[in-house]
Amino acid sequence: MEGSGVGGSESGSMSTVSRDDNMVVSSEDSSCPDESELELGLGLSLGGKSGGFKMHQLSKGGQFARILTAKDFPSVISAASPSSSSSSSSSSLSRANVTAGTKRTADSVAAANGSSQVVGWPPIRAYRMNSMVNQEKNLAAEGFNSTMVNHKSETSMVEKTTAGIGKYQNNGNTKLRKSLFVKANMDGIPIGRKVDLNAHESYEKLAKTLEDMFLKTTSSVNPTGSMTLELGAMKKITRPSKLLDGSSDFVLTYEDREGDWMLVGDVPWEMFLSSVKRLRIMRTSEATGLAPQLQERNQRQKSYVPTHETLPSLKTFAETKSAIRDSMNSWQMGMMVEMSKPLCNSECYVRP
Amino acid sequence: MGSYSSELKRSKDSDESARRSSFPDEVLERVLSLLKSHRDRSSVSLVCKDWYNAERWSRTHVFIGNCYSVSPEIVARRFPRIRSVTLKGKPRFSDFNLVPENWGADIHAWLVVFAAKYPFLEELRLKRMAISDESLEFLAISFPNFKALSLLSCDGFSTNGLAAIATHCKNLTELDIQENGIDDKGGSWLSCFPESFTSLEVLNFANLTSDINFDALEKLVGRCKSMRVLKLNRSVSLEQLQRLLVSAPQLAELGTGSFSQELTIHEYEDLESTLSNCKNMHTLSGLWDAKGIYLPALYPACSHLTFLNLSYAALQSVELAKLLAHCPRLKRLWVLDTVEDKGLEAVGLNCPLLEELRVFPADPFDDEIVHGVTEAGFVAVSFGCPRLHYVLYFCRQMTNAAVATIVQNCPDFTHFRLCIMNPGQPDYLTNEPMDEAFGAVVKTCTKLQRLSVSGLLTDLTFEYIGRYAKNLETLSVAFAGRSDWGMQCVLGGCPKLRKLEIRDCPFGNAALLSGLEKYESMRSLWMSACNVTMNGCRLLAREMPRLNVEVMKEDGSDDSQADKVYVYRSIAGPRRDAPPSVLTL
Repeated sequence: MEGSGVGGSESGSMSTVSRDDNMVVSSEDSSCPDESELELGLGLSLGGKSGGFKMHQLSKGGQFARILTAKDFPSVISAASPSSSSSSSSSSLSRANVTAGTKRTADSVAAANGSSQVVGWPPIRAYRMNSMVNQEKNLAAEGFNSTMVNHKSETSMVEKTTAGIGKYQNNGNTKLRKSLFVKANMDGIPIGRKVDLNAHESYEKLAKTLEDMFLKTTSSVNPTGSMTLELGAMKKITRPSKLLDGSSDFVLTYEDREGDWMLVGDVPWEMFLSSVKRLRIMRTSEATGLAPQLQERNQRQKSYVPTHETLPSLKTFAETKSAIRDSMNSWQMGMMVEMSKPLCNSECYVRP
Repeated sequence: MGSYSSELKRSKDSDESARRSSFPDEVLERVLSLLKSHRDRSSVSLVCKDWYNAERWSRTHVFIGNCYSVSPEIVARRFPRIRSVTLKGKPRFSDFNLVPENWGADIHAWLVVFAAKYPFLEELRLKRMAISDESLEFLAISFPNFKALSLLSCDGFSTNGLAAIATHCKNLTELDIQENGIDDKGGSWLSCFPESFTSLEVLNFANLTSDINFDALEKLVGRCKSMRVLKLNRSVSLEQLQRLLVSAPQLAELGTGSFSQELTIHEYEDLESTLSNCKNMHTLSGLWDAKGIYLPALYPACSHLTFLNLSYAALQSVELAKLLAHCPRLKRLWVLDTVEDKGLEAVGLNCPLLEELRVFPADPFDDEIVHGVTEAGFVAVSFGCPRLHYVLYFCRQMTNAAVATIVQNCPDFTHFRLCIMNPGQPDYLTNEPMDEAFGAVVKTCTKLQRLSVSGLLTDLTFEYIGRYAKNLETLSVAFAGRSDWGMQCVLGGCPKLRKLEIRDCPFGNAALLSGLEKYESMRSLWMSACNVTMNGCRLLAREMPRLNVEVMKEDGSDDSQADKVYVYRSIAGPRRDAPPSVLTL
């Protein structure tokens, strides 16, 4: 390591000026100066400096969790590579769920969302991920909010009333009701949404929101061939109010805490809120297995119940629905008819 | 400036003896002190010994892109009159959790030297450095003239450190705390600015989460009449924002707090009218939890807006479109992909002067929910914004054809960062690799300085890059390539390459070693989860003594594998503060 150029003023020779020296200290940053490179990155909260503040610590000092890498994605990486130790990863992940509000693990966010992630991918900074977690709670609320407010005049503002959509704290203002966001998907549409159940008071309102989300918003995604068919099929369902009253080709279902798929509307609203995990607008033809499933629940072990493919069909279900189709013009009425059927005994509704 | 120095050199050569009398050092220094660009200064310092000296004595700002490439002693010896320092530390992939926790890049050793050699230091700008509260306090008391502190993506400190700065830095003009891993212990630090303190021009504490003492903030803003940049954190409400703006209508850059408090009509109108008084505003950010219904309050303040950062506001397409209709002068726009392609169409329609677009994913980890933006949005922007030259785009699908169209519309790209979020995903229409997309980019965009590639890529992409990307300085690669050949192409081409960062690619020792001569002209190389072995790294270290070759080992991995390799040139020798998990070869 020569420092020939450094302090070369004494030696009096031009050749003592070191290009290396210059390159090291003079290369200019080509990125935007002001906001700098706010590239994003997700970061695992790895603990602070020794003797420093409290951040959650991972198991080994100086080590960090490697949860999954692309090596676990055989389709992506062609070359053979050693498998990294993932034994520590799951425990680290669960510990990583504790946040100190600093470089919190975005991987725990991923785990909460139920998707397995490659470490550090997509390349989003931890800071942004932290903010996103808090944003998510307001994401669907925003969508809902704007739909609601569009009906009001431009000049009227939301007064300080209840409403209570979303959750925020504002320097001592009353903390409003928490959000309860669940995912909602509709068969044939890859675009899922999230909906705040606590922003609705009834099945009817929920259904209306879902209809707005899935039928009224035009997708700007270029559909693939198969998707075009689905969209086309969807467009035949013209009257939104009939979407979920049993009169359309779709029915609203939900997955409860035990992993079972149930028809929405069977239980009182509050009870529904306490057990729903996610929603699915299912094609009627595929929703036919829900009745016997309920009856079998008490004898079955708790396990995740897969989707419609494994459920036996039940013709009477569809037939019953078509029978009431013409006489019903509201979602709730339709569901009340469903409720009258002996779908299960009262023990189903007992929750520990 | 280049022609100026060569002109001077010619005249000198012809009139050697007269030189000294007609060009005294003081004059030369005075002239050179006007040079701001580091590259120009480098050129100037190479002309001759006198110019080298004049340059080093006249330089007041030093930029160090890799804190381990040089030691503070060396810097202090060469540049005696530094007043402003910019330092960058950890490799960029530390942002994505790929660098061990205690890797290094601690500022303290630098501060100690600076305190001795640059007691008149005024500015310190750090990126990806580790800085403790003790260091912050040391900084605050060691430099009586200290004016500007900017911390971006740093960690190791808490709000206590900020309190020390606020307490002791009597001449502070800038406190810019951005995206750091900061331990937020509460907002009382802000109250530490003394009553007599009035010099603050830039205050950015958007990073922090806890409530600050609003009273103290209001008074601070009220007495700092020269304040031009104010970026609040989320705890500041709309109502409070309005009160602050009343006393600071001169703000040029505003970062709001939470934009979602429920307002009465009266409060809304107050906000609207206060915002309309902000005639100087050219940058707007924050807008957390922005409610669409309140956005119109911003419209009157947007007429001169050049930078709009909506990346924390989950807007829908219609809301964005309405807002952009009021921002005709926009040059830089950051958004979340909640705006979807429709929102980007609105960008193309409303922002003809747009130069930079960044689209961040609102839901990057959710595989089931597929919304966000697609290639259509990007194409729409390219049609409407021919001046576009900087893009960061996170999406879930892309096609080669779309990218070809985009660069045809916007051939002036300097920064093209495309992140197709699913690793190794092909063109979703043709199922082919995305080679041609990036080929189009490098062939068409001759000014390209920075490129991030993604999607399914073969070695062909790298052939293109090596052959065509003559101005490329930074290249980021992930989950791409087929063989060593890819990386060899890049190292064999790209004459201006400075930073190469690679993860999860099938490049091995042959590729690594093909760049032997190149690495000394680069700032750094990062390779993680590739096929490089310890032997390959040792060979590199042996052949190139002026490079630091560091390997980060992971628990349980093969002894022979070099899991993460970081190679950088340095005149300071191997570093002595590496943690045990980092091996210096």
